[in-house]
Amino acid sequence: MTEPTNGRAASRSDQEVGLVIQGEPGEKPLFELDHVVVAFQIGSLLAQSKLIAVNDVSMTLYASRPEIFTLAGESGSGKTTMSRLLLGDLEPTSGEVMFQGRPIRDVIKGAGRKRFMSEVQPVFQNPFETFNPLRRVEEYLFDTAVNFGVAKNRKEAADVADRALKSVGLSLGEVAKRYPHELSGGQIQRVSVARALIPNPKIIVADEPVSMVDASLRMEIVNLFRKLRDDERVSVIYITHDLATAYYVSDRIAIMLRGFVVEAGPVEEVLVHPLHPYSVLLKESVPEPAPQNKEAWTTHITLGATEVREFARAGCKFASRCPKVMDICRQADPPDFRVGARAVKCYLYDPALHIEAAPITGVGTARVQMDALLEKGEPSPAVTPEKEDVA
Amino acid sequence: MEPLLAVKDLRAYYKTELYGISRTVRAVDGVTFDLYPNEIYGIAGESSCGKTTLIKVISGNIRNPLKIQSGSVHFKAGDIDRDMLTMSADEMRTMMRWKRISYVMQGSMSVLNPVRRIIRTFQDIVSTHRGIKDRKLFLDETTAHVRRLGLPSEVLHSFPHQLSGGMRQRVAIAMATIFEPNLIIADEPTTALDVVVQRGVLQMLKEIQQQSGNTVLLVTHDMAVHANVADRVMIMYAGRIMEEAATETIFQAPRHPYTQHLISSLPSIGERRQRAALPGSPPNLSDPPEGCRFHLRCPVAIDICKTVVPAMRVLPDRHRVACHLVEGPTETPQEQPDATMTESDAAVTTQEVR
Amino acid sequence: MLKVIKDMLRFDTRFRIAFILLSLIAIMVLLSFVSPYSPDKTFEVAMDSPPSVEHPFGTTSRGQDLFWWMTYAVGNSLLLGVIAAVISRFIALAVGLTAGYRGGWVDRVLMAINDSFVVMPLLPILILLSFLIRGSLTVYTLAIILGLFGWPWDARLIRSQVLSLKERSFSRTAVYSGASSWRISVNEHLPFVLPVVFATTINNMLWSIGMEVTLSVLGLSDLSRPTLGTSLFWANQHGALVAGIWWWIGAPVLIAVILFIGLYLLMTSLNDFIDPRTRLRLMGA
Repeated sequence: MTEPTNGRAASRSDQEVGLVIQGEPGEKPLFELDHVVVAFQIGSLLAQSKLIAVNDVSMTLYASRPEIFTLAGESGSGKTTMSRLLLGDLEPTSGEVMFQGRPIRDVIKGAGRKRFMSEVQPVFQNPFETFNPLRRVEEYLFDTAVNFGVAKNRKEAADVADRALKSVGLSLGEVAKRYPHELSGGQIQRVSVARALIPNPKIIVADEPVSMVDASLRMEIVNLFRKLRDDERVSVIYITHDLATAYYVSDRIAIMLRGFVVEAGPVEEVLVHPLHPYSVLLKESVPEPAPQNKEAWTTHITLGATEVREFARAGCKFASRCPKVMDICRQADPPDFRVGARAVKCYLYDPALHIEAAPITGVGTARVQMDALLEKGEPSPAVTPEKEDVA
Repeated sequence: MEPLLAVKDLRAYYKTELYGISRTVRAVDGVTFDLYPNEIYGIAGESSCGKTTLIKVISGNIRNPLKIQSGSVHFKAGDIDRDMLTMSADEMRTMMRWKRISYVMQGSMSVLNPVRRIIRTFQDIVSTHRGIKDRKLFLDETTAHVRRLGLPSEVLHSFPHQLSGGMRQRVAIAMATIFEPNLIIADEPTTALDVVVQRGVLQMLKEIQQQSGNTVLLVTHDMAVHANVADRVMIMYAGRIMEEAATETIFQAPRHPYTQHLISSLPSIGERRQRAALPGSPPNLSDPPEGCRFHLRCPVAIDICKTVVPAMRVLPDRHRVACHLVEGPTETPQEQPDATMTESDAAVTTQEVR
Repeated sequence: MLKVIKDMLRFDTRFRIAFILLSLIAIMVLLSFVSPYSPDKTFEVAMDSPPSVEHPFGTTSRGQDLFWWMTYAVGNSLLLGVIAAVISRFIALAVGLTAGYRGGWVDRVLMAINDSFVVMPLLPILILLSFLIRGSLTVYTLAIILGLFGWPWDARLIRSQVLSLKERSFSRTAVYSGASSWRISVNEHLPFVLPVVFATTINNMLWSIGMEVTLSVLGLSDLSRPTLGTSLFWANQHGALVAGIWWWIGAPVLIAVILFIGLYLLMTSLNDFIDPRTRLRLMGA
């Protein structure tokens, strides 16, 4: 099969770093996040603590450059909070989330909410919860068509629905009168995308759209996203922890850890030659279907200390697991450092420190004294490399 | 070498009757395979391929509406040499569960009691199945066991909700191995976990297997996991086995069209080649297609595939394939093609709606 | 509809029994339309005669045929139960759905009202009311009042269901399909809430009828209309038990038991049937 056109725009100028890119002259970005912070208060009345779910994230996305933008990370990374911000379900604690140049909270006031929803549509994770099990799935397609003024009556809505379904590789005949349980997970996700396309949105926010779909049916959905970007010029914000499909389908990627975007930039660079030690760990942990070294993948790995502890710690959130950790890493949150078109939050790339570039190996295979960590609180972990593995 | 577990022509159906509507789901419909000591055996397949039902039967968890239609599940290890389907519930509970066969599920909360500390759940299990004579000895042994598996001893005194998902799953594995069973069944143990945590959990399973030489039956739809962990892999589809072989063979030289599609559709970092999706979806098991269950979606199906169930061909190196297009000696006994259903099969009708 | 009833009759024992019992009640109610005796007239027949072929339930000390009098009584009690239940269902649904979906101050206000109703001691209030409006406390007035007081428990039940339904993805899908709050409550949440509504309807009927019996036995309701409660009142007034006229107490109690058991079995069997999970299993999920 030939290499598909992936519509990826290379960096347009020197000013483009990581997540902040440029559009046409004078164009307002579809989405602009400006130093957004989302903090939650957790705990009981007597013992409250702050959990910063999204920590100083900035990014831009333009309608003139449709793309598939991946937010990757594990649970607790903040990617779900990001999806809620983008859908207008949540307001930032500080910083601004702007849609077409205006703060989202202003955009979704009153009647504006529907207009916003006609431009930004979601696709959810669990196909069997996306639609009411007691309702036929086609009802949602008809409702969307009528409610957004794309159709005037039910008959027109049926045509609109059929066209939308055909664009995702299905047809109204196939799903007519069906309840969710009569369709497969892959089919439901496609119907979900079809529904999202009916109001002709500019962007779809897909939160883990394939994680609950069987591996063999994932390609349907993911190929569909590519088609949306290339043919319909619809951007997709793809939120996932599956790096393999992220690589296959996205243009830009942001890797998140405990609320920070630790590395961001074009996917070809970030995933093929990751710079941040956490990115390296993530990539190494993805099981490869044709592993060169089967033993390496299952040799010793340490899992992080409890999540809340990592959140509360000052400095880089990966410090407790990083084989290249330095003192400064534990003292202050690393800022973005620029490496090519990427932004990396790691002191290894601080030009002021002049650290020699060296391959990062054996991430996660250093045995950390877990008991010591848990018992004593915040000690300096004694890092004794046990098995040095070559990735 | 004698197999640890020999499953022969197993058929297990769900039969429900609700307000006059009978429905039979043929979840496991003629499955034959062997498990040997000291190996990691993977079962792969999409949802509704029957693997969960197969696991229920093997772990002795057979409850209405699940009914065994025919077949045997023969277990041989130590002083036990019997067909598990003939065992009573009591025998399963006292002889087999936790001691010979243990079960790690997706979502550890099913085995971890949310209102008791972990150590208490350990205590419940050990006292029920072996009895605790010396409390201090029990505590020491449990702590040692848990630490040997790389967990901090602190987890024993925590409640399940205080631990992360990955930690809970590893605790569940520790519980499953406390009596050093011959067979550990892991049913989608890492599906809901992050990729790094998944690596840690699977690493733990592999270590356990290497150290004690037991058998791990790993069930997951994630082929890449099998590639990195399993010794042999079996591909299930719509209640039947499509292919079974050593892991390398499955990934490098698969013979069944379904396996071939599964392998080629896996994305991997560094490769942007366009991958095709398989059209259609798995069949409804209450009304499965005749002949080869895969023929409706198979890119190379021929006429015979539509009517005759393909018998299992045996290829060199313990490679088995159920496909008409593969040449090779077939297994004995021959499988009954659907065309000649027996009297009792005919009585098991599908969808009798008034 | 007919098919549903036929299926239920065949396969659900509870429904079968309920059907039989409630048919008996229904027959009694229908018979009231052809009653040879008017319920208002007294001393029409011989007093205090035990049950016989001519008078199946015997006669009372007021010279009334108890059987035919009871046909009116059952009808009135049922009517009261139905009116009260319907009124309170509407209020409970409206309050529960709104409070659950809107949240915020709307929820707080509604639940404050709800809880005030819950803690109010209903019987003393009803007794007070009945003294105050003695003249106009007809069966209908009482039914309305019971309806206005019978919703709080159930409103909270509905509200908590809605709270959990609100979090499920399909509610968000409905929002993004452009549906209004009203449409979401009716199209998405109501089908799940209906079994609760149904179970509580019958429960509420039983409660209302029971309340009426209590009030009537105390002589605080409209004594001119025959109901299950007033029959007991009159029986007590005339010292029926002491006088050995056991059938005057026995008949209303028997009818009440049949009615209650019938309604209860109907509720549980239909509830299973309407339950979304059963419906899903029937559809083949």
